[in-house]
Amino acid sequence: MKPAAFVRHVPRTLDEALKILAQVAPQDGRVLAGGQSLVPIMAFRLAKPAHLVDINEVEGLDRISNDGKLLSIGARVRHAAFHKSVVENPLGLLLTEVARHIAHYPIRVRGTFCGSLAHADPASEWCLVAATLDATMVAKNTRGERPIAAKDYFQGIMSTALAEDELLAEARLPLLASDAKFGFNEFNRRAGDFAMAASLVCYRLQGGKIVEPRVGVGGAEPCPRRIAEAEAALNGKAPGDAVFRAAAEAAASAVEPLEDHQTTGEYRRDLVRAVVRRALEQSIT
Amino acid sequence: MTAHTKGSGLKWVGRAIRRLEDPALVTGQGRFTADLPAMHWVRFVRSPNASGKIAKIDAPNGATVITAADLKGVKKITPMLHKFNYKPVGQPVLADGVVRFVGEPVAVVVAASEEAAEDIADLVEVTIDETTPMIDARAALQSGAPQVHAEAPGNVILEGKFKTPDFDATWKGSYKIITVEARSRRQNATPMEARGGHAAYDASTGRVTLTCTTQMPHLMRTAIADVLGFAESDLRVIAPDVGGGFGQKMSLAAEYVVLVWLARKLKSSVAWTEDRRENLIAGFHARDQYITLAGAFDKNAKLLALKTDIVSNIGAYSCFPTTCGVEPLMAMAEMPGPYDVRHYECLARGVITNTCTMAPYRGVSRPVITFTLERLMDKAASAFAIDPIDIRRRNLIDKLPYTSAMGLVYDEATYKQTLEMAVKAIDVPAFRARQKAARAQGRHLGIGFATFSERTGYGSPAFAARGMEITPGWETVILTVDPSGFVEARIGSSPHGQGLRTTLAQIIADEIGVTPDVIKVVHGDTDIAPYGWGTFASRSLVISGGASLIAAQKVRAKLIKIASHMLEAAPHDIMLENGTAKVAGTDRFVSIAKMAREAYHQTHRFKGEIEPGLTETGSYDPPGTFSNACHVAIVEVDVETGRVTVEKFLVAEDAGRIINPMIADGQVHGGIAQGIGNALLEEIIYDESGGILTANLADYMPPTAREIPPIELHHIETPSTTSITKAKGLGEGGCIGAPAAIINAINDALSEYGVQIDEMPATPQRIRAALRASSLPSPLWGGEKGTA
Repeated sequence: MKPAAFVRHVPRTLDEALKILAQVAPQDGRVLAGGQSLVPIMAFRLAKPAHLVDINEVEGLDRISNDGKLLSIGARVRHAAFHKSVVENPLGLLLTEVARHIAHYPIRVRGTFCGSLAHADPASEWCLVAATLDATMVAKNTRGERPIAAKDYFQGIMSTALAEDELLAEARLPLLASDAKFGFNEFNRRAGDFAMAASLVCYRLQGGKIVEPRVGVGGAEPCPRRIAEAEAALNGKAPGDAVFRAAAEAAASAVEPLEDHQTTGEYRRDLVRAVVRRALEQSIT
Repeated sequence: MTAHTKGSGLKWVGRAIRRLEDPALVTGQGRFTADLPAMHWVRFVRSPNASGKIAKIDAPNGATVITAADLKGVKKITPMLHKFNYKPVGQPVLADGVVRFVGEPVAVVVAASEEAAEDIADLVEVTIDETTPMIDARAALQSGAPQVHAEAPGNVILEGKFKTPDFDATWKGSYKIITVEARSRRQNATPMEARGGHAAYDASTGRVTLTCTTQMPHLMRTAIADVLGFAESDLRVIAPDVGGGFGQKMSLAAEYVVLVWLARKLKSSVAWTEDRRENLIAGFHARDQYITLAGAFDKNAKLLALKTDIVSNIGAYSCFPTTCGVEPLMAMAEMPGPYDVRHYECLARGVITNTCTMAPYRGVSRPVITFTLERLMDKAASAFAIDPIDIRRRNLIDKLPYTSAMGLVYDEATYKQTLEMAVKAIDVPAFRARQKAARAQGRHLGIGFATFSERTGYGSPAFAARGMEITPGWETVILTVDPSGFVEARIGSSPHGQGLRTTLAQIIADEIGVTPDVIKVVHGDTDIAPYGWGTFASRSLVISGGASLIAAQKVRAKLIKIASHMLEAAPHDIMLENGTAKVAGTDRFVSIAKMAREAYHQTHRFKGEIEPGLTETGSYDPPGTFSNACHVAIVEVDVETGRVTVEKFLVAEDAGRIINPMIADGQVHGGIAQGIGNALLEEIIYDESGGILTANLADYMPPTAREIPPIELHHIETPSTTSITKAKGLGEGGCIGAPAAIINAINDALSEYGVQIDEMPATPQRIRAALRASSLPSPLWGGEKGTA
């Protein structure tokens, strides 16, 4: 349980980091942030990067800022930063609600928001947040930066649109309407385990009817995504048990579930049905 | 000794004093195997395939890579039973031409550091011509199944059969027959510290010291010296602090033989620290069993006869020293459990497969047979339309001592009393009301009971009944009051978390009139401790405790003799207390420290009437004693996801005299935690090709603190009549009863759906599948059929 040998680079500035990454990326170089996913994989020797660009000393990447429309989360911001609300907006509460489901406390103190997005585990809570809220991922390399929309960013199990020399420097989440309602639910075997299915829902009420519904599902498919069929089942309806059940059923039918030795597609759909309905129920309590 | 009642004069036994071993452990001063520095580190190259012939092993140039071809003269590990049609199979310490499970050591890399050894091991290529593996025990029993070992035709390594006279007539004459098909999936004991060893050669003596994470240092010494063919006295085995064992560390790891061989070959020190992946794949498994159990009842729901077919998947080899008989034969002997049943028929088979070798794991077969038997009782209660508590009342043993159909003698116990105590404490009527109210809100609560007997502290006759060539049982304690007046007990047991340094000190302290803190219990070093069997099978407190008491009684007698001499008083007037010997009714006394000086340094004063020194030896080999308990679980089942939450756990237990209540409770708590893992979470999963899908602690799931509910304990203390300290063992009861209680509670919660959960672990996937297969309508989904 020892990683294969690697060279660790410790840049102090973003420019320096991007330069080193440009050099080492073709030689199997990877970015190291909190290391809570990468390091275990290295210990199992499932990943054997020759170079690690450790960004933990890079100035400026630890910031959270908001411009009134977007919340920007730098590459070094840890999960634990969200234990308390980071912005006076329902988004702050949403992130707080989700953060406590991420693994265990020691992991949350070290792991990073952007690191989760870069790793892109299908079960990641932050990836579900990014997909559901249509976040923008800001990728940087020595040639410049480009924004990537969530729907284009997630490409498969632990696969993203980031090029090998790109650093995910920041993620931008849209602030929510002040009257936004949200709910989150996930299912796992033990407290802190990877979610076998998770759902984040968000909507507004106008005249007692649901508008701008967002229903995200994670952990059930290779990538987290919004489920249009479930959103359609909510749109324009008054929140309530029957509507929530219909949306949950629509989500369960719409997903193309991941299967494994223990978990059939049928069971994964059961979980999707349960987590979507429970997230919706939480949104009104 | 006097009875254990308040004010009886026993000062330390029965008190929840803090553990003497803990200050070092909780301040980081514990000393573990992996703390030792070494000149060489090894990494084992393990088979990537479950079955096949080794075509070639390619090692990088210049690397030190040892294979079976290098181990000339090293014998195979060949554990032996002399009964039950046992087929001895040999295990080469490194696979010799053939591999039989994924993870079997094939070669060993030696390098200057752990990292370097792992780098080299990555480059060693093992090419195997694969053959069809046998993974499942029932598949391995099919006629024409490929043979895992030529020596064991049909893949059956042992076969136990038993049938009482008149069984058939009783069976035929019975009123109702109830059957359960139970399946227990495979587990790994997952001690916090995985295995590891450090072997160091001493050039001046030619001896090797092996420090390793073992529960039985003397047996490791015997086994390794035998396999390598050298004098046992040239090997010293040390078990330093050991981070949990649970049985996994009582079996001989082939890796330790290789380490000792390497230390002698290199004339140096060599170390191995097992990683979690290796431990989960190759560090011994347990509990992979199929059990069919049928009970024949009369019209009053009284159990008349039991018939059972036990199929135990023992893996690729037979473990040393217990042999693979440990699971099937224990299941055969103890299946009738705490119930009065006079007729019994059993077929118990150990089946060899291409999977990791089975070894004892806390409780051994009893978590499985208790689960099976307790499912049977609940099913029978349902068939007779009576309460599960009532069927137990009608069948529990209540006349003691009791001789079972298998001939086991049950000593004084409280099977019915613990049941009633638990029923009262949990308040069944209140629960049923709460269950009904919850059901009206769509929630599914359930209650489950498990009553069981826990055979503990058994000596050599019990093991001899299995025909074991290596027959454990007795223990020896050498007790010394040193010239400074401090006390040292050298014990053959090898505690690794059980708190024996404290409990044995409590027993000795009362006998010789000192405080426990002046008593050092020394263990885990074959150069220092007397030969002994180690710590396993809920035996050490009973057997080492008994040996401690015997040794202490001898020391007491000698102290009285010395005091009598020094104080010029009659021996029967001498009292030992508070570190002194007093003459009753006077103010004359002499300290034990002063007597100790006298015993070593002033022996001329004894004029030859008293032997010099102050060391006595006690040995003890008891017949065994049965603890008993009733466990109650309250669970909530989430029918939409299949998740089970254990809301509350309650135990009413009788383990005889309790030496230290805090330590006793800790044992029960830990066992229940493992039982929760067994019932709900932990499963080693092989794929069809014999690869393991659960090689880390995200996929193999021991419970965390969050999965453990509040546990309420109640005790009855029925002094054992077959244990001289009157104490019974209780190390395994927690994990024996918990799975059965939890599974019964799940079935209670789901009773309206007609599902039967008879498989462990009861994962959410399995519970949902059972609910889906249920043909009963579910009120949850508008009463539609089959959509529960």
